[in-house]
Amino acid sequence: MSLMEHAACAASLLAVDPFGLGGVCLRSSAQPARELWLRLLRESLPERTPWYRIPSNIPPDRLLGGLDMAATLKAARPVAERGALAAADGGLVVIAMAERMSAHTASLINGVIDSGQVRVPRNGVMIEHRARIGIVALDESEAGEDPTPPSLMDRLAIVLDLQGIDPRSTVRGVHDRESIAAARRLLPFVRATPDMMEALCGTCAALGVSSPRIAWLALRAAMVSAALDERTDVAGDDAALAAQLVIAPRATQLPSEETPRDEPSAQAPADQSPADAGASGPDTSPRDAVDARVLAAARAAIPQGLLVRLESAHPSRSRSPAAGRAGALRAAGRRGRPAGSRAATGRGRLHLVETLRAAAPWQKLRGGGAGERVRIASQDLREQRFKVRSPTLTIFAVDASGSSALNRLAEAKGAVEMMLAECYIRRDTVAVVAFRNSSAELVLPPTRSLVRAKRCLAGLPGGGGTPLAAALASVAALAWQARRRGETPTIVMLTDGRANVARSGVAGRAAAHADALAAARALPLCDALFIDSSPKPNPLAREIADAMKARYVPLPRAGAGDLSGVVRAAVRAGAGL
Amino acid sequence: MPRVSRQNYPFSAIVAQEEMKLALICSAIDPAIGGVLVFGDRGTGKSTAVRAMAALLPPMRAMAECRYACDPDDPDGWCDECRDRGAGNKKKPRIVAVPVVDLPLGITEDRVVGALDLERALSQGIKAFEPGLLARANRGFLYIDEVNLLEDHLVDLLIDVAASGENLVEREGLSVRHPARFVLIGSGNPEEGELRPQLLDRFGLSVEVRTPAELRERVEVIKRRDEFERDRGAFIETWRGADDKLRQRIVAARKRLRDVAAEDAILEKTASLCMQLGTDGLRAELTMIRAARALASFEAAHSVEVSHLRRIAPLALRHRLRRDPLDESDATARVERAVAESLAS
Repeated sequence: MSLMEHAACAASLLAVDPFGLGGVCLRSSAQPARELWLRLLRESLPERTPWYRIPSNIPPDRLLGGLDMAATLKAARPVAERGALAAADGGLVVIAMAERMSAHTASLINGVIDSGQVRVPRNGVMIEHRARIGIVALDESEAGEDPTPPSLMDRLAIVLDLQGIDPRSTVRGVHDRESIAAARRLLPFVRATPDMMEALCGTCAALGVSSPRIAWLALRAAMVSAALDERTDVAGDDAALAAQLVIAPRATQLPSEETPRDEPSAQAPADQSPADAGASGPDTSPRDAVDARVLAAARAAIPQGLLVRLESAHPSRSRSPAAGRAGALRAAGRRGRPAGSRAATGRGRLHLVETLRAAAPWQKLRGGGAGERVRIASQDLREQRFKVRSPTLTIFAVDASGSSALNRLAEAKGAVEMMLAECYIRRDTVAVVAFRNSSAELVLPPTRSLVRAKRCLAGLPGGGGTPLAAALASVAALAWQARRRGETPTIVMLTDGRANVARSGVAGRAAAHADALAAARALPLCDALFIDSSPKPNPLAREIADAMKARYVPLPRAGAGDLSGVVRAAVRAGAGL
Repeated sequence: MPRVSRQNYPFSAIVAQEEMKLALICSAIDPAIGGVLVFGDRGTGKSTAVRAMAALLPPMRAMAECRYACDPDDPDGWCDECRDRGAGNKKKPRIVAVPVVDLPLGITEDRVVGALDLERALSQGIKAFEPGLLARANRGFLYIDEVNLLEDHLVDLLIDVAASGENLVEREGLSVRHPARFVLIGSGNPEEGELRPQLLDRFGLSVEVRTPAELRERVEVIKRRDEFERDRGAFIETWRGADDKLRQRIVAARKRLRDVAAEDAILEKTASLCMQLGTDGLRAELTMIRAARALASFEAAHSVEVSHLRRIAPLALRHRLRRDPLDESDATARVERAVAESLAS
């Protein structure tokens, strides 16, 4: 099946059962193919189906409902208004730039998807609106950036990637409105046999998809597919399609005949992650024909990029399947959020509710009465206070080359973990880039989670050349990303500075050093600390540190404790930068 | 008041996840245990279980016309309004469902603590207090999904109220205090962020939920979910008997609770286990004894046995271990090791 046919199928499924399937995550830039697909979906839906487009930074009261300001001011009593989700009941909510959505907003939407209701507490009673909605999350994130919040992703059945689509191709619907309507009527009668459920659960297990919700959504998609085909029993084809659209895009490992999933736990017993535990077991290997077919279909549908990444996955498997998507699982929750109000200064945005609250007690004195307009004086005006978190991302670049000696690596790991233990109190994040041989690898994407940090660092190998330039380039990319998210990056380099691998991957000290200097100059302006770990202070290291505009600290024998002390001091000293 | 009649998934129909169910049942038997933290993989039914728990709680008596559902049998814990009405309040107490209140992440502070009642202020010029979620949660459960993503200023607020059992409101010229004793239930995914240690400490028990390992269980999960979605009424009816029986056991366990003995030997074993693990303060021991007693009572035992301690220890202690960033083994394994040494019978 071509990508386009695939996309058309997805549109039909979603048009039949938006609420049951939760929705779709559409990975694509704002290109014509995306608009075509959205139009196709819209035209497949019954007429007058609600279709709401919301920005990802929508405030909670617009999402769930709040006060209707104009009506409240006119009537001099609070008038509630429905939010976007309740207004979209029975239809679809399109979220623009879903990757920018905060975890908080996502959690509000999740609650509504789960219950089919919007519940707003007010005056001691709960106002409930029906909101059986489907979500279309438009995700424009690029590799390495935060994608749509994972908790929301876990509730959207279909993941569609239009990135690789030929811009000239057109999407043609495979079902017309009548067949969609017929499928909607038939859907309640569709049944799946235990075999089909087993095939889908087995596929989830084989591909390392641990969330039971995904298995359930896949089953639902298979049922919708059967209904579209005017059948009431789920067939192998339906399950195969569901596996392709729902399970495959979330694969975190490749299926294999002789489940090698016992290996990681055997290598590192303490390292067993929840997802490992969930996915292992000899009885998960495909047995009968349906299982094999569904699995094969899913495997064929694993996106190309993901396939390459899975196949070239680190042999030590230092990451669990759940954490396998580089930089993927960190939910963004860090843009300016409303944080109370203050008396107006004339510069901020007016906070109407608080202004009304301030004005309310004076209404009688000011001569206002029931039914009259609210009289507001200038001292009542309140403005919204926003709390913009500008957290620090501390990027550790750790030299894991042979020259840096393996014991330094252990120290660096210890220092990062100690920093991290402090970070969850300060709400900072930490990332680790390790470099050795010919390349630099992001071994720990920005995180605040000790659990993940331990797992990533435990499997970090050492030895080989010193590709300093590659490391600096990788650090620069991270730092720029952090800047774009509104974070303040801080860089900590831990190396002996003896670059011997150039950008091109070719060994050679002179070229490698020149490349490293160039890469150092290309870093964004931010706090940086260069810890020289060579036995004696190394002038080459100093040169690179200067090019980075970093503080240079020779530290011939750092222990984990010393190191984090130095980093802490440097971060504090540079705070005013 | 939240209506229990909302068509929630029945508690008894939840596949596996025995530890999570046990922790929730214990905190329903003895709210003084101090709440439950459920950490684990996405989609494993954390929220489902907490919402299902509402159906297991027997209704309670509350003062008539009280916005905080004060307990008629506990005059010491009354709000100011109930105190003012005092003995003059002849109205019969009402029977209400135990509240299980959701605290959504994006909620504003005024919704949580309460604020000036805008309607009455605007239309009648009266300064009145509109209670928030903390008021509704009094004598019930306060549930925070993704608790590890909660805004810091809300965390601060909860830490304080959870410890004192009282909500103090000082805003917009209002000065109100009212009882807010609730059991905190939190859930989240540890991959997305850590919990502040102070908040962690407010939870009596913690459980780790994982995706079922067995294919058979996974299939059972989606099979039951399919039946539920197909006909909620019929599905709930099928499981009503099991839920009723469980509720009766909880009620019976509550009655027995005070009569369940904890011998000195049991207390000593608990103390030595906590010392070995180096947990801070006495809270760990108290919680562990309370929870073990609730478990013993649930199983109709006359006294707390070592077997109860063994089962409760991971739940009561794993989130109280001092962080050691350089220790690779996870908390559960450390507790189990200590249990194997200290509680060897």
